Amino acid sequence: MKAAVIVFPGSNCDTDCFHALKDVAKVPTECVWHKERNLPKVDLVVIPGGFSYGDYLRTGAIARFSPVMESVIQHAQSGRAVIGICNGFQILLEAGLLPGAMLRNKTLEFVCKHTWIRTEENLTIFTGQMNPGEILCVPVAHGEGNYYCDEDTLKSLHDHSQVVFRYSSEDGKLGEEFNPNGSKDHIAGIVNKKKNVLGMMPHPERSSEDLLGSSDGRKIFESILNALE
Amino acid sequence: MPALDSTTLITPELIAAHGITPQEYQHIRDILGRDPNITELGMFSVMWSEHCSYKNSKPILKLFSKMNSELPHQEHLLVKPGQENAGIVDIGDGFAVCFKIESHNHPSAIEPFQGAATGVGGILRDIFTMGARPILLMNSLRFGDLKEPVSQRLFRGVVAGIAHYGNCMGIPTLGGDIYFDASYEGNPLVNAMALGIIKKDEIVRGAAHGVGNPVYYVGATTGRDGLGGAAFASKELSEQSHEDRPAVQVGDPFMEKLLMEACLELLRTDALVGMQDMGAAGLTCAGCETASRASTGVEIDLAKVPRREPGMTPYETLLSESQERMLVIVKKGKEKEVEAIFTKWDLHAVKIGEVTRGDKYRVLDEGKLAAEIPAKALADDGPVYKREEERPAYLAEAQKLDLAKISEPRDFNAVLLKLLSHPSIASKVWVWQQYDHMVRTDTVFYPGHDAALIRIKGTQKGIAVSTDCNSLYVYLDPFEGGKIAVAEAARNVVCSGARPIGMTNCLNFGNPMKPEIFWQFHSAVSGIIESCKALEVPVTGGNVSFYNESPQGAIYPTPTIGMVGLLENIEKRVPSAFQDEGDIIFLAGETFNELGGSHYLMIEHGLKQGLPPRLDLAREKALQQFILAAADGKKLASCHDLSEGGLAVALAECCIKSVDGLGAEVQGLEGVSKHQQGLRTDALFFGESQSRVVISVKPRHQKDIQHLAQKQGVFLCEIGKVGGDALILGGRIRLPVGEMVKLFENMIHNIMERK
Repeated sequence: MKAAVIVFPGSNCDTDCFHALKDVAKVPTECVWHKERNLPKVDLVVIPGGFSYGDYLRTGAIARFSPVMESVIQHAQSGRAVIGICNGFQILLEAGLLPGAMLRNKTLEFVCKHTWIRTEENLTIFTGQMNPGEILCVPVAHGEGNYYCDEDTLKSLHDHSQVVFRYSSEDGKLGEEFNPNGSKDHIAGIVNKKKNVLGMMPHPERSSEDLLGSSDGRKIFESILNALE
Repeated sequence: MPALDSTTLITPELIAAHGITPQEYQHIRDILGRDPNITELGMFSVMWSEHCSYKNSKPILKLFSKMNSELPHQEHLLVKPGQENAGIVDIGDGFAVCFKIESHNHPSAIEPFQGAATGVGGILRDIFTMGARPILLMNSLRFGDLKEPVSQRLFRGVVAGIAHYGNCMGIPTLGGDIYFDASYEGNPLVNAMALGIIKKDEIVRGAAHGVGNPVYYVGATTGRDGLGGAAFASKELSEQSHEDRPAVQVGDPFMEKLLMEACLELLRTDALVGMQDMGAAGLTCAGCETASRASTGVEIDLAKVPRREPGMTPYETLLSESQERMLVIVKKGKEKEVEAIFTKWDLHAVKIGEVTRGDKYRVLDEGKLAAEIPAKALADDGPVYKREEERPAYLAEAQKLDLAKISEPRDFNAVLLKLLSHPSIASKVWVWQQYDHMVRTDTVFYPGHDAALIRIKGTQKGIAVSTDCNSLYVYLDPFEGGKIAVAEAARNVVCSGARPIGMTNCLNFGNPMKPEIFWQFHSAVSGIIESCKALEVPVTGGNVSFYNESPQGAIYPTPTIGMVGLLENIEKRVPSAFQDEGDIIFLAGETFNELGGSHYLMIEHGLKQGLPPRLDLAREKALQQFILAAADGKKLASCHDLSEGGLAVALAECCIKSVDGLGAEVQGLEGVSKHQQGLRTDALFFGESQSRVVISVKPRHQKDIQHLAQKQGVFLCEIGKVGGDALILGGRIRLPVGEMVKLFENMIHNIMERK
């Protein structure tokens, strides 16, 4: 398996994703500058977090028009794996690869802390190594992670088992107090209908080593590795 | 102010309006051999302001260099104070760390969000200008009483501004220190510290070497914002200060992120000769300093500078403090390679001039001479003043404290809860949750520990950083307070297992023209030096911020210390909080009847009085060596410094911050009391005697720890055990950990989010 991490101007979790994939999960990985029109031959495309284009206009709204995005969309449409983390999730929403939109956090403040997320679906390439309902400790760091969609979309997401992660308590209870940003239905991560594109606000690359306080996020990379290898 | 152009007549009023004295003006005439034109007058005024020239502090700052030269291990200090934009210390294995702290107090008082944001931007440029990649940020903040709405507004704005800039840059902000005190009302302190990592052989100098080499302007365009900010920072804040709002710059962290990546990419080529950021005094400073360092000349043409609006005069273009701009000197013939990098990052990179023979900073405007000044004279030969000093009159009264008149409290539980909920002591989680403190995936100790700790990928090493200054101590006794600021910052770093390797300081004081303020300044610096000598910590540089006064008076003298420590093996790190039930708790260090300047005295008795605790540097050094030896032998489960609120607050924090809300049963205080005849109970519980830490160890390490303490001559007393769900302290305190957590964690949140 091979992976590519897309680098936009203002991306700042690109090196973190690169490190988690290459040095920790031992996946051959390369970084791809957003002005490239073609992707190298890879199985997984990672759209990392950060402030692409300084969040100007709207998070992810400008990055979505970067030259590389056409190839990323083709890559996704051909059924190959894409994961967007934080700003990457926002870009996937703007690119129309995932449904819904992001609002500012309900506190109107940036929030960086560890959260617990509950695995709602383990029949995806991103979650195959987890048990149904498994709780992971993965941090968030964002100002606009308040996921929003209309009721029809929400119903469709649930009907097609597209809600992959929800914020919860350490023992899996749902509630406002465990939701760091006010997202609809406590949604932390979703996939597309084909289940090859994942968008999530929490940062698995920040919780891939015990030294950093949690290695739960590594299970996501290991699941992908296991599914695609 | 009407536009200043070449037709402007130089009048005595205009000279005075530029903050230049008649004597200084004569000096300028001597340098030039003629009268300056208005552009040149403006250039001298910013370069010779206190902010850029340190004209009032230089004689005192020299003491740091003298002290450095007397320390062992000189060779580790790769870039010394005053040489470059930031100091650099060797950490072995081919790596070095580059760090500095700097103030942005006055802009933050006027416009807290942008003031704080651009403070972060400025300190980051100082780091990557040296070729280092910034890997962490810290902040030392001071505000007035948090009950006051104006303090809340400033606090909220400053925190959001820091978060805005640091988060977008993708550099973790790992906390720092925050105090609230009425003396900062109207004049908050915002001191930003950054640290970067660099390969020893890749250090970039801010020097314009090589006659004929092109000089590039890169980054954001130049606008009329921030005109004369350096001069603005060099006067007291007044009721009219809001009229200076145009002197506050507006930051664009996205632009700076691009600039940083492009500059670091340029560094990997062999095209780079030198780099200098355009911060205070903008293009004026960058041009003359790079020429001065290389003993060359520099010639630029302002017509080539990318400007935001038409019609800007040379005066405005040279003095603008627009953010996110750099001056880059590259090798002749490598222009294409350089321009390709900046084009990749969609940045302006314009050749505006070149390095010349001679010693002049020549500025043209469309080929017409606009200014011509000897670079060294402008950069380095500013006036230097030895200011008058006088012991402040307030000290005699403030240092008085008759302990016999201080009654011991009846309810120690209530006192501890009051201390834990004071905003200066309570958890700052409301602050650091707004900072991205995890990006770069190196953060090992999150904010809330005694020191922040990050790993250096690809090595075993860790870097620990702490900022600190108890300014009430400095107010009550500037010399002892200065000593303590260094010792405590070093102790914080040592508690994590790291050895202090260098420090930077940000010296925040009032108006230096007042002899009492200058006496505070000189005494505090002498105290800092005393501790640095004893603890063998070099000073790598920093910043002086004078004129921190509002109509209510001067702030408490606040020499903030930014201490950097090296942990050779990250596996030997020591956390602050209790780890496991059954671990044995020791108090290391001696406790005296010292209540002067304590938070207990202030909060419980309403007194900011007395002499602060005495710091015995021999004892301090022994304590730190004991901790480092114990950490190196992996004998410590936890180690936490005793500071504001003394033993009771330290123990409470060890419980509150433990992962599972561990309690502690501490019944063995007789050993401490017996050691010091007549020790008051409030001094034992809440006193702030120096050179003390609370440690916890596994029972199997008990003997080893005692042996190590004995070897270093450190007084060690076994006082209790970790366990249960309450803090039980000597028959006077019994508080459930859950209750303390709630109070400690939510206090600031509740004040700030009260709708």
